[in-house]
Amino acid sequence: MVEPLIEVRGARKRYGEISALDGVDLSIGAGEMFGLIGRNGAGKSTLFKLLLGLTPATAGEIRIDGQSVSGREFREVRRRLGYLPENLTLYDNLTGLETLEFFGSMKGVPRRRCGMLLERVGLAHAADRRVRTYSKGMRQRLGFAQALLGDPTLLLLDEPTNGLDPQGIRDFYCILQEQRARGCTILITSHVLAEIQERVERIAILDAGKVRALGTVHALRETLDLPLTFEFRIAPEWRDVLHGSLAHLMLGEPAVHQDRVCIQIPRVARMAALAALAPLLGRITHFYIREPSLEDVFLGSSA
Amino acid sequence: MKRWGGLDVRQIGVIARKELSDRIRNRWVLAATAIFSAFSLAIAYFGAAQHGVVGVSDLEVTIASLVSLAVYLIPLIALILGFDAIVGERERGSLDLLLSMPLTRSELLLGKYIGLSAALTCSTAIGFGMAGVLLGSSLSPNVLYHYSGFVLSAVLLGLAFLSIALMVSTFAADRASASGAAIAVWFFLVLVYDLLLLGALVASGGQIGTDAFPYLLLLNPTDVFRILNIFGREDTRAFYGLATVVSDGLTHPVLLCSVMLAWILAPLALASWRFRK
Repeated sequence: MVEPLIEVRGARKRYGEISALDGVDLSIGAGEMFGLIGRNGAGKSTLFKLLLGLTPATAGEIRIDGQSVSGREFREVRRRLGYLPENLTLYDNLTGLETLEFFGSMKGVPRRRCGMLLERVGLAHAADRRVRTYSKGMRQRLGFAQALLGDPTLLLLDEPTNGLDPQGIRDFYCILQEQRARGCTILITSHVLAEIQERVERIAILDAGKVRALGTVHALRETLDLPLTFEFRIAPEWRDVLHGSLAHLMLGEPAVHQDRVCIQIPRVARMAALAALAPLLGRITHFYIREPSLEDVFLGSSA
Repeated sequence: MKRWGGLDVRQIGVIARKELSDRIRNRWVLAATAIFSAFSLAIAYFGAAQHGVVGVSDLEVTIASLVSLAVYLIPLIALILGFDAIVGERERGSLDLLLSMPLTRSELLLGKYIGLSAALTCSTAIGFGMAGVLLGSSLSPNVLYHYSGFVLSAVLLGLAFLSIALMVSTFAADRASASGAAIAVWFFLVLVYDLLLLGALVASGGQIGTDAFPYLLLLNPTDVFRILNIFGREDTRAFYGLATVVSDGLTHPVLLCSVMLAWILAPLALASWRFRK
């Protein structure tokens, strides 16, 4: 792996009797796009707060770009760090442009750059409007533009597509792709797992403050041994033959919707299943093999 | 990057400018200035009405009346201005985003204090300055010198209570408890403290705390403000209540201004300690 930008070693965070994080270890490489998923209350936002140095860890060590988040030098790292919180609150009395100028002035960003960023997130037309008149999606775009101030080397995005319409989501990932192309490291959380499963290089599944699974989506599918889904269309009169062909594999009952059949096949049995279906190939139309989705991986790891 | 005692002056300036411009934009400065102006002009013009005179005449009576007004009004306005400075950001959810910037908690606190101080100072100076202009048209430069002293002490009183407000804001868990604590502070320092001292003195027949009494007054910024504005004429002393018992040694303006400065710095230091914890 390339040089790690984020290093988390044995991070624990307790709020009184409640353990929000319980010994988290993570290493995220420079330029990597990393997904952090988990249920509500799993500890994702707490981990973000620890990474930003907003709250001290009860135990463990957290370093970003070689600097401890609790050290004095970390303020310089923050200049190269963009953050979009889950519950974004901006200043209603400022205009969109003033909002970026305010946050930008703390990062030493020139004013003209703020205008360019507004244009990039599609808010140039609303630059002089007060934020109080913005829709939820517009606020989220403005929050994203705020995170992009100062060309960050690390983006921490907590539920960044909340409130965005489909076009907004597409634009968001398009900009994110540009950021990756220039070497930005991205740590992203989302409850819409379908959105990130094809975009992140690795994911960590957080549950009750612990990392339950860590790796590429493909590796996690293999590790969790989640079944594949064979989906095909076959005429009803051939279904009994199909059952007979697959009976020796001891598979579960196929799901049938009109002429469409879905069967869960264990990964180890995939070749045997294909061989069993071979005699029926002339009867089968529209054959697909579906890998388990990230949602399946998440639910599988939680189970 | 300009550093001052480990603090980045530029970041403090960014926060201070925003606070001040927010207060100008939402017309807080205008409203507070109008309140101070209206009261000070009314008192300056009608203050001597009980003596059968209307118009600008006796400075000591005017200042004594203004002190009586300012001692209630300025602490209240300063506390209202500052009580949610930190806890409000926390409750609205904007604090985390602010602190994710290259900005320390002390810089944020100081920036907020400076910005709010500028708003309060402008309102106080302009508001009471209006009456000064009225007085200036009819009174001598010497009289105006005393009036300037009153305005300066009023500004210091406001800054002291603003500092207390920020301290309350860092200690409070939410805005509701912060506002309750701010009202309690106002009630105690403005209304109750002197009564308690007087009660203790009278109840003990002067046995308890007679010597410590003047020093105990210095523990309340409103009393320090009153003492700063006593000129000594007997017929106006009644306006100042307990503050008149202070010996001459304790009325030196430099000492009193130092005490007021301590009232500004100590709560601010406590607020900074709490906020960094």
